[in-house]
Amino acid sequence: MHEMSLAEGIRQIVEDAGRRQGFRKVKTVVLEIGQLAAVEPDSLRFCLDLVLQGSIAEGAILQIDSLPGRAWCARCAETVPVAALYDACPRCGAYQLQVSAGTEMRVKELEIE
Amino acid sequence: MCNVCGCGSGETRIESEAGRPGPVYRWAPVRRRRASTSPVEAGPPPPVATGEGSLHFGHGPAGAHAPGMSQAQMVKIEQDILARNDGFADDNRRWLAERGVLALNLVSSPGSGKTSLLVRTIAALQALPQPVPVSVVEGDQQTSFDAERIRATGAPALQINTGKGCHLDASMVGRALDRLAPPEGSVLLIENVGNLVCPAAFDLGEAAKVVVLSVTEGEDKPLKYPDMFAAASLMLINKTDLLPHLSFDMSKAVEFALRVNPRLQVIPLSATTGEGFEVWLDWLLARRKAARIARAERLAGLCEAVDDSAAAGVEG
Repeated sequence: MHEMSLAEGIRQIVEDAGRRQGFRKVKTVVLEIGQLAAVEPDSLRFCLDLVLQGSIAEGAILQIDSLPGRAWCARCAETVPVAALYDACPRCGAYQLQVSAGTEMRVKELEIE
Repeated sequence: MCNVCGCGSGETRIESEAGRPGPVYRWAPVRRRRASTSPVEAGPPPPVATGEGSLHFGHGPAGAHAPGMSQAQMVKIEQDILARNDGFADDNRRWLAERGVLALNLVSSPGSGKTSLLVRTIAALQALPQPVPVSVVEGDQQTSFDAERIRATGAPALQINTGKGCHLDASMVGRALDRLAPPEGSVLLIENVGNLVCPAAFDLGEAAKVVVLSVTEGEDKPLKYPDMFAAASLMLINKTDLLPHLSFDMSKAVEFALRVNPRLQVIPLSATTGEGFEVWLDWLLARRKAARIARAERLAGLCEAVDDSAAAGVEG
């Protein structure tokens, strides 16, 4: 889904950081993508390959760190791990879950020359 | 182009306001803007220098990346990929709040009956003892058929064609707000591109996302496309007049949707017969009232601040 837009957002962030901090070549782009985020890492990788061409991060290594999904279970009054939005609480089996982590989509850091 | 849903950018068009001639906006992707200065892009994409060993799939933030091995250095960025869109969405939300405009973002798969639903909703709002002004932003990849259907009701409508794009983004809606200029205290209905996937991630500055599921689609849609149902505040189950002819299990659909989003509100209705419309209009008018009260309170707060500073000036 919409990975092309996300890839363009990443390019913008990288180029802005380069302008602001005065670096001209990025060797590695490190992303953090939550397990519950609305993005498919393989698809994002494919789009980034295209979008980063001609940028200061052309040819950069792409490292995608996955962050685990977590949700607050109202019944257990506890934070529990979840792998999908429609998961039940692994402890009590209820669906009264409020997702608290795992929807992140961030540019974490850049390795520069 | 995205290999999953066919999304891309660079072909977005906003037609002129309410059918009058005017400038046409086009969004160009970063890559395309630089095409003339970058000969590399003219040819096929070169392979990106990534070895299998340097890629990490799902190993958490302690991945084996080792900065400092060369002269290279790490720069902390810590920025949301959607930060730019979210910034535009915040601007839109502020703009709408200042005018007490209730904006709803209607999302669904293609063919769920969103436009028919809008047409009937607008007619009902116009028929109230105190008619409610409504304006509409229509998002589609191509054509202005939907905006024309809306305009036939007398409500102003602006069509945004996203070209290859699979969703509206906040910047497009910001431009649409400038052109449409919805009046104070009115209702703005944004009909997103028919797509149950991508629009979920893009905040437009709306007060609520309203997901439309029609009974011809099958009750398992909330589980198949959970992101959208998780992002929505209200689910309208449309085309209930067709229920006698289908094996759609209403309680299952609601159960599945609540699994994904326990706080989701649900209203079954039919845009054809008007069944269930009273409940939907009540919901909408309650939200509109809240938007107008919030604006009034904000203005009262501002007046108070002005009075206080005036009083302080007199005392001083």
